[in-house]
Amino acid sequence: MRHGLAHQIAFIAWRSVKRTLRQPAVLIPPLVFPLMLMAVNSSGLRAATHLPGFPTDSFLAFFLPFSFMQGALFAASTAGTDLARDVDTGFLNRLALTPLRGWALLVGQLGGATVQGVVQAFVYLSVGLAFGVRFVTGSGGILALLLLSILIAIGWAAVGIWLALRTGSGEAVQSQFPLLFFLLFISSMNMPRNLIEVDWFRDAATLNPVSYMIEGLRTLIIGGWDAQALVLAFGMTSALIVAALTLSAVALRQRMART
Amino acid sequence: MSRGTTWTVARALAWRQLRILLKNPSLFVPPMLFPLMSFTAFAGGLAQMRHVPGFDFKGGYTSFQYVFVLLQSAAFSGVFMGFGIARDFERGFARRLLIAAQRRSGLVVGYALAALLRWSMVAVMLTLVALIAQMQIGGNGVDLFGLYALAIIVNVLGTLWAAGIALRFRSVQAGPLMQTPIFMVLFLAPVYVPLSLLSGWIASVAKVNPFTAFVEAGRGFISGEPYHSALAFGIALTMASLLAIWALRGLRRAERTI
Repeated sequence: MRHGLAHQIAFIAWRSVKRTLRQPAVLIPPLVFPLMLMAVNSSGLRAATHLPGFPTDSFLAFFLPFSFMQGALFAASTAGTDLARDVDTGFLNRLALTPLRGWALLVGQLGGATVQGVVQAFVYLSVGLAFGVRFVTGSGGILALLLLSILIAIGWAAVGIWLALRTGSGEAVQSQFPLLFFLLFISSMNMPRNLIEVDWFRDAATLNPVSYMIEGLRTLIIGGWDAQALVLAFGMTSALIVAALTLSAVALRQRMART
Repeated sequence: MSRGTTWTVARALAWRQLRILLKNPSLFVPPMLFPLMSFTAFAGGLAQMRHVPGFDFKGGYTSFQYVFVLLQSAAFSGVFMGFGIARDFERGFARRLLIAAQRRSGLVVGYALAALLRWSMVAVMLTLVALIAQMQIGGNGVDLFGLYALAIIVNVLGTLWAAGIALRFRSVQAGPLMQTPIFMVLFLAPVYVPLSLLSGWIASVAKVNPFTAFVEAGRGFISGEPYHSALAFGIALTMASLLAIWALRGLRRAERTI
């Protein structure tokens, strides 16, 4: 493989994209489950909009960002499980015999998850718009939401890659996901932080970076161009991507040293 | 394995399932974590919902959600057992069981017993967490007996439903068929607010959803104001009878593959 870094990334990314698109079982549940939850929760929790201080009268608009976050965690699962399979089948060992650079492997592996994130983002957005969600930030806000949601999907996919390189087992990667979902559950996904009544839960949600990602997406739909929320959301997401890729690079080096 | 009565087959199978569970934390931890996560998110994050105008449940939001999560964990412990049955077929163990067991109906009873034992551990953990979270219990001993009896029947319903699917498809790939309908039935009930506060399509669906009767009766028990208890038990026992037929017919189909 006598290509530059960009070509190497493109090769790995193309393989990752094809592999993702060939697995309907990987693509369909991340589309269906968040939409199901969105339908059920936006109706079941509609009464929450009657609470004093609730920021909108549409719980669907409030809850829509949850779908993007849940989809991002599914993308993490896909990226991690696929790479773990490469480790398990020896594909990674064979790649190690080629001049492929570590960064090309890591960034390229995110290709499938990125495509998954893009498809999911468009589907969730379309469903939201079809059911009456209106962006107070207009079309610019829609573009910003798409960008942020795709970056979030990439960030969590990088976490999935790190887990795969650390454990080398698809089963082990899957078993970590309840912990990631736990982060989602103890965030401000169901209620604005200022309306969370239980002190420890509000504190946990405040410390949880997922809350800021959700709030960044949410402000584009119902809040407006809130600079603080957006800086925090993009900042947390960028930090997640950088941290997860750095940890992945270290884990890759250790795994290659072992082989 | 003794080749005697239904009970001896069931007991031996349940014991095996329990040992597998204790040796494989990865099989036990997710079913344990999900109810705790749901409880934390709902009871902790949504406590403000009790201030919604018209919210008339007297036991506090923690107990309001405890009942739902208890019933949810019961149903899903049954579904997870369906995965175990399918896995036993994929690995060929279930076929050997079918050949070895004289009373094959004992297999369904054994898996149901194992699911019940597994869920009882989840229920104990969930109850401890709820008590630490200062859950209010207004009901007396009889009311609580009613709540847990209802939850046990829901656990059996989940197992029988999933067993029927697993015995027909004999593959873990049928997993979505086992869990998606249960998931939908659970979440199309009054999860976050009482039925009277639901509006739109979900209110119409929740009114005819049998799980609504279970949730409302359970909340009545824990608050000490029993509500439609006979109706809930009537529906639960009728469903158990129908799903027992469903599971046993699945068993007959599986027998034809020996």
